[in-house]
Amino acid sequence: MYQILQARELTNNIYLMDVQAPRIAASCLPGQFVIVRTGEDGERIPLTICDYDAGKGTITIVFQVVGASTYYMKALKAGDSFHDVVGPLGCASDLTKESADELKKKRILFVAGGVGTAPVYPQVKWLKEQGVTADVIMGAKTKDLLILEKEMEAVAGNLYVTTDDGSYGRSGMVTKTIQDLVCSEGKQYDVCIAIGPMIMMKFVCKMTKELNIPTVVSLNPIMVDGTGMCGACRVTVGGKVKFACVDGPEFDGHQVNFDEAMQRQLMYKTQEGRAFLAAQEGDTHHGGCGNCEG
Amino acid sequence: MGDVLKKVPVREQDAKVRAANFEEVCYGYNAEEALEEAQRCIGCRNAQCVKGCPVAIDIPGFIGKVKQNDIEGAYQIISASSALPAVCGRVCPQESQCEGKCIRGIKGEPVSIGKLERFVADWAREAGIKPEGTAEKKGKKVAVIGSGPAGLTCAGDLAKLGYDVTIFEALHEPGGVLVYGIPEFRLPKEAVVQKEIENVKALGVKIETNVIIGKSVTIDQLLSEEGFSAVFIGSGAGLPKFMGIPGENANGVFSANEYLTRSNLMKAFRQDAPTPIMKSSKVAVVGGGNVAMDAARTALRLGAEVHIVYRRSEEELPARVEEVHHAKEEGIIFDLLTNPVEILVDDKGWVKGMTCIRMELGEPDASGRRRPVAVPGSEFTLELDTVIMALGTSPNPLISSTTEGLEVNKWKCIVADEQNGQTSKEGVYAGGDAVTGAATVILAMGAGRAGARGIDEYLSGHGGN
Repeated sequence: MYQILQARELTNNIYLMDVQAPRIAASCLPGQFVIVRTGEDGERIPLTICDYDAGKGTITIVFQVVGASTYYMKALKAGDSFHDVVGPLGCASDLTKESADELKKKRILFVAGGVGTAPVYPQVKWLKEQGVTADVIMGAKTKDLLILEKEMEAVAGNLYVTTDDGSYGRSGMVTKTIQDLVCSEGKQYDVCIAIGPMIMMKFVCKMTKELNIPTVVSLNPIMVDGTGMCGACRVTVGGKVKFACVDGPEFDGHQVNFDEAMQRQLMYKTQEGRAFLAAQEGDTHHGGCGNCEG
Repeated sequence: MGDVLKKVPVREQDAKVRAANFEEVCYGYNAEEALEEAQRCIGCRNAQCVKGCPVAIDIPGFIGKVKQNDIEGAYQIISASSALPAVCGRVCPQESQCEGKCIRGIKGEPVSIGKLERFVADWAREAGIKPEGTAEKKGKKVAVIGSGPAGLTCAGDLAKLGYDVTIFEALHEPGGVLVYGIPEFRLPKEAVVQKEIENVKALGVKIETNVIIGKSVTIDQLLSEEGFSAVFIGSGAGLPKFMGIPGENANGVFSANEYLTRSNLMKAFRQDAPTPIMKSSKVAVVGGGNVAMDAARTALRLGAEVHIVYRRSEEELPARVEEVHHAKEEGIIFDLLTNPVEILVDDKGWVKGMTCIRMELGEPDASGRRRPVAVPGSEFTLELDTVIMALGTSPNPLISSTTEGLEVNKWKCIVADEQNGQTSKEGVYAGGDAVTGAATVILAMGAGRAGARGIDEYLSGHGGN
């Protein structure tokens, strides 16, 4: 069950795995996620689906090592198996509900930050399969943290790569590239989909609000079951409480209370909590934020 | 022989000791005690207790066997009606069901039916006795959604009738609320729950974990593509409710479902578990049901001072009498006739307290219970670092929104016939919390049993293929 067919390090501490999960591969759509466990007592770790192949019955996951559970996960090799893989969880991206004709009329911009590139990829690929090209901004702190550039290049319209430190591509945060494209380079967009660290999505939304571009974000709060049962993943969107696992993970970014969402991500990351968890090799990582240091 | 008007007392772990561990509270009867208690049953011909049991166990019948010291015989009588006797003996609200109707209860205490059931089931498990075998195979596949009390009962009954049954479970472990909800100290997981699930499997039932019906595969696909002739939905209660008061999304506010799932399913109560749980010093649990008691007693065992905050009085507490009694013994503080108004949050977003208001009971409301009314100007503050909301659940839309032609009521619960579990969709049956909203283990089992009956009638008749 859930055998790993391929496992490789994409870059420093970011890993990609193809995993056998036929039911998920046959039913998932871009925007959805899975929960995995490495062992009998393992933590339930939510991860976005980076790619899927219904024919082979496999899904592709990408994760960054940020704590004990992902540390153990990276040790898994081709031929090993996950104890559990469940999904697809959450709602599919809204884009998948529109017809190709409608989509073709839209000028779509994706903004991918860090490990957030992984969940952006299947959306851009899916659009390409519908004959729709979308522009993509890919950002990372530094050149070494960029992932899936080649893959993205193959499916994106225009691909703009930027690094915070200017070590590769454009220089600066993704928000600067958005501003440059729209304000100086004559680009216009009808919709933006931003996926990355919570702080990045917050500032992308601030920018796109000013630029009047409707923006969708994909949230990765703390979760336990992922089926709506526990309410750990609740977020405030437009003043209403939503559960990211069943109502999301995608929401209208201009309505999301990011400050609350970021604070809730820190639930198990107090100083005491860190020491406590470190002592027992615990882990508070809940899905590729790309921003925390564990 | 003790006082015949009183139950033979049951041995329990000392309250002070157990408040700091997760071992089972109640030790149950030994053979001598069970024999003595069984003698108290007068074996009514028109037994009222059976009418009080949602799965209609032949109670005088099994107690009669205990009297004869034929415990295996007693077990076979119980297991003809119940797939989970060791569970029910521990978690059923006997006082309002079988024991509530016992003739002995008129002049004294009723026969301790629950403890006798538990004794018989535990004895059979330790002796390695399995429920009696199955009928001839019928060659028809039935899918059961959810491996909680409703699903396990339905699956067990159908397997006994000769159907080829597969249970689909969304979580990584079967058992539903028995595993994620009810704590170890009330219902041991390895020793009791897993063994009862193994008994259901021994009847030929297959369990596929990590399958979310409505996401991984739909009911329509099960019927049209995977060769199932009928489906039983026992998917359970659903999404936790919150109060909608200010501060509820602060760090340190949890649903009871989350808190209990971390501790029970993910074993966060153990020091070495990778899944974290909040280490609290002062906790308020809002609500008065069994789930509230479970969350409170879990927090207590993890080292906190714990308050139950409930807006009505002790008389209206919906929890089992035994749970309230145990909670009090262990040192849980009951703030009754008290309702939260606001959760107070510090500048870093963590809970620092809760403003509450005193309540008094007014006229009876629609539920027949006296309506709690706020006493103006009686607000006060509890200093806390954790608030656990145990207010019940609302239905999960995962299945109803992905199944063509499945009717739900105005509360979004699945509409199903009480007698046979039939829904608005042909071949699809349902029961348990997904139909009734949050209720008890035994009511879900009763519904699972009714669903099995309905499915058997359907597949024995013209329907199905």
